[in-house]
Amino acid sequence: MTMRTVMVYKRFERIWHWCQMALIMTLLVSGFAVRGIHHLVDFRSAVSVHTLAALCLMVLWLFATFWLFTTGDWRHYLPKREGLLQVARYYAWGIFRGEEHPYHKLFWRKHNPLQALAYMLLKVVLFPAIWITGIPYLLYNVWREQAPGWLEPVVWIHVGAAYAILAFVIVHVYLLTTGHSFVAHVKPMVTGYDEVDLTPAEEAYLQESRIVPMK
Amino acid sequence: MLLQARRSFRSLLPLMGLLLCLAGAAGATTEVHEEAAAEDAHALPAIMPLTVVKSDSTADHSKFKELKHAFDSGPEVTKACLSCHTEAGKHVMATKHWTWEFKNPKTGQTLGKKHLVNTFCTNARGNEGMCAQCHVGYGWKDESFDFSKEENIDCLVCHDRTGTYYKTPNSAGNKACAVMFEGKKAIDWQHVAQNVGLPGRENCGACHFYGGGGDGVKHGDLDSSLRLPKKALDVHMDAEGLNFACTECHKSDKHDIAGSRYDMQAKDTAGTGKPGEQRHAASCESCHGNGPHDMDLTGLKLNDHVAKVACQTCHIPSFARGGVATKTSWDWRTAGKTKNGEGYKEHGYIQGNGEDRAVYKSIKGSFQWGENLTPHYAWFNGVMDYTTIDSKFDPAKGPVEVNRLVGEPGAADARIWPFKRMQTVQPYDKGNNTLVYMHLWGEDDNSYWGNYDFGRAIRTGMEKNNLPYSGEYGFVETYSYWPITHMVAPKHDAVRCAECHSKDGRLEGIGGVYLPGRDSGNLLDVLGISLVMLTFLGVLGHAFIRVCCNKAKRGHA
Repeated sequence: MTMRTVMVYKRFERIWHWCQMALIMTLLVSGFAVRGIHHLVDFRSAVSVHTLAALCLMVLWLFATFWLFTTGDWRHYLPKREGLLQVARYYAWGIFRGEEHPYHKLFWRKHNPLQALAYMLLKVVLFPAIWITGIPYLLYNVWREQAPGWLEPVVWIHVGAAYAILAFVIVHVYLLTTGHSFVAHVKPMVTGYDEVDLTPAEEAYLQESRIVPMK
Repeated sequence: MLLQARRSFRSLLPLMGLLLCLAGAAGATTEVHEEAAAEDAHALPAIMPLTVVKSDSTADHSKFKELKHAFDSGPEVTKACLSCHTEAGKHVMATKHWTWEFKNPKTGQTLGKKHLVNTFCTNARGNEGMCAQCHVGYGWKDESFDFSKEENIDCLVCHDRTGTYYKTPNSAGNKACAVMFEGKKAIDWQHVAQNVGLPGRENCGACHFYGGGGDGVKHGDLDSSLRLPKKALDVHMDAEGLNFACTECHKSDKHDIAGSRYDMQAKDTAGTGKPGEQRHAASCESCHGNGPHDMDLTGLKLNDHVAKVACQTCHIPSFARGGVATKTSWDWRTAGKTKNGEGYKEHGYIQGNGEDRAVYKSIKGSFQWGENLTPHYAWFNGVMDYTTIDSKFDPAKGPVEVNRLVGEPGAADARIWPFKRMQTVQPYDKGNNTLVYMHLWGEDDNSYWGNYDFGRAIRTGMEKNNLPYSGEYGFVETYSYWPITHMVAPKHDAVRCAECHSKDGRLEGIGGVYLPGRDSGNLLDVLGISLVMLTFLGVLGHAFIRVCCNKAKRGHA
């Protein structure tokens, strides 16, 4: 096994990530303004911004979903039990004792098991909870007469999911401070390159085929 | 002559480029006239400048031979009108303007001025000698009035376009009151008859601006400031803009005018109707449709409001905005005080246009006035449940709602509407727990406006109508609700989103709807904010332990 600097986050993935980041932050700020939690933005602007950002995010997600399934990258998010406990133990204990992170990034597995599980839950639970309730919320007037009592549950799930996403963002950003440095964690999502443990076969294949840039 | 000069000047306004010198001359006469109007501000409204009414009439009434002779009275003019407009009499006689009666098909209640008790002078019934000044007839002063005689119809009060026609009470009343109407110039019947036309705002306004006993008293959204309003006061009636006559919205069919308060359309789902259709409706939707806002991101969301919020709720941010105040409360208990045996009035409220309004009158009691008032909001399906003369109520149960607004919060047939809520303390029958008819106006000893004796005025008012009266009166607090639908502001002055979508906003306490911005701070937010805080604290704790351990390790090293 050799450590090589390989392009792990392709250009689309990086654009997707940062657009998603900006849109989610916009949605959180404008959404909680609409809800009435803060008054940093006036109600009218908050509603417009929230709607517009939500539409953009849904378009982005359509592209991302298409990309994930056509490239096969969706497999990175499949949860695996192998190594999960060790990573969990590391964050709960080992990190305080100065231990090394038990996981080494592999070419076919760019997230550690806990990370993959968290991202997958985000993708199949929280994000769907947001858009499956957000679209009916936006189109409330279309179905209001058929299901008059349903607005409240829709609101509860939508707002509840928003709080959960905010909690995720806090943990997500915090974990960037673990390991070597904040910058070292953020840099791969900017440049696309990260250190990956390659088997001799993988190294030879990537070198030969040049399907993925490698330094 | 002056008036005619002014009218022709106004009709020339679009052609201002022409005849500049003439316009200058006309302008000079206008100023003189306006000064006269200002001096006469307390006189009947007809002296004020006329509004311009669009007309596509094919007839010039001044050329009709039927009108080219002298008339001695109103009924004579009416006969001349009916000789051509043969069916108009029947039409008018079928309307509320004539019958003062309305049977509400939804509640079965018999309403109309002939029957209702209100929260101002309380009852027109029995006081027709005064109140029927605003009846479209000649001479209704008591039970003897003949409702079947077509010449008793007053065509001119609505159709006079000279501004010189006026009405006075049908009976003399007590001498203390009669002085108000002295010293008027006699009506030139022929001149008025030859200058009839479609009603202008001053025609409708002669009664509807002055309901409740004075300018703006009753409605709050109808007063003399709408005679020649600026755009900021009313976009539709804007004298220099759209300049709508009342009938532009209040369409009539056989003289039956749409838009009665007795049977309101709180939610008009028919919109503009079929192409080319002129609906018999006075709703905003009948012109603006059911999706009136621009089809952009904000507009689409605003259109969603149409289902639950009346147009007026956002587009009339406040009422009594034109410099004329409206009465907000009236206390009859203090009525009847005299100075040297004479009734008197106390001034004390200077309204926006500079006029002084009385805060006390011996004949009526004490008042409070208000301007630029924020409406009272309530769910409303167009039905009002009236406390009529025969309704029993429990005075211990708080204010009696004289016209209770019907409409379940959130119901499909109701919307959130703006109202003026009038608060009054008025006499009631303490023994029977009903409202009372008072005998206010009359030449006899029993009329309150003369003897200041509630007991006799109530006894007479009730006996005249064969109604039971216990003999003991008290005072009860009442509320009445007046839908706010005029004084539509320019769109940039509409109520801002956050004025309702916020805590303690305009719609605080309005149920039946989830209002983002208002309805937060419940269990959901407590749980959500707790989750976020715990996450944050967890992360901080984790970071703290990391830092401590690192220091400890470095210390060891």
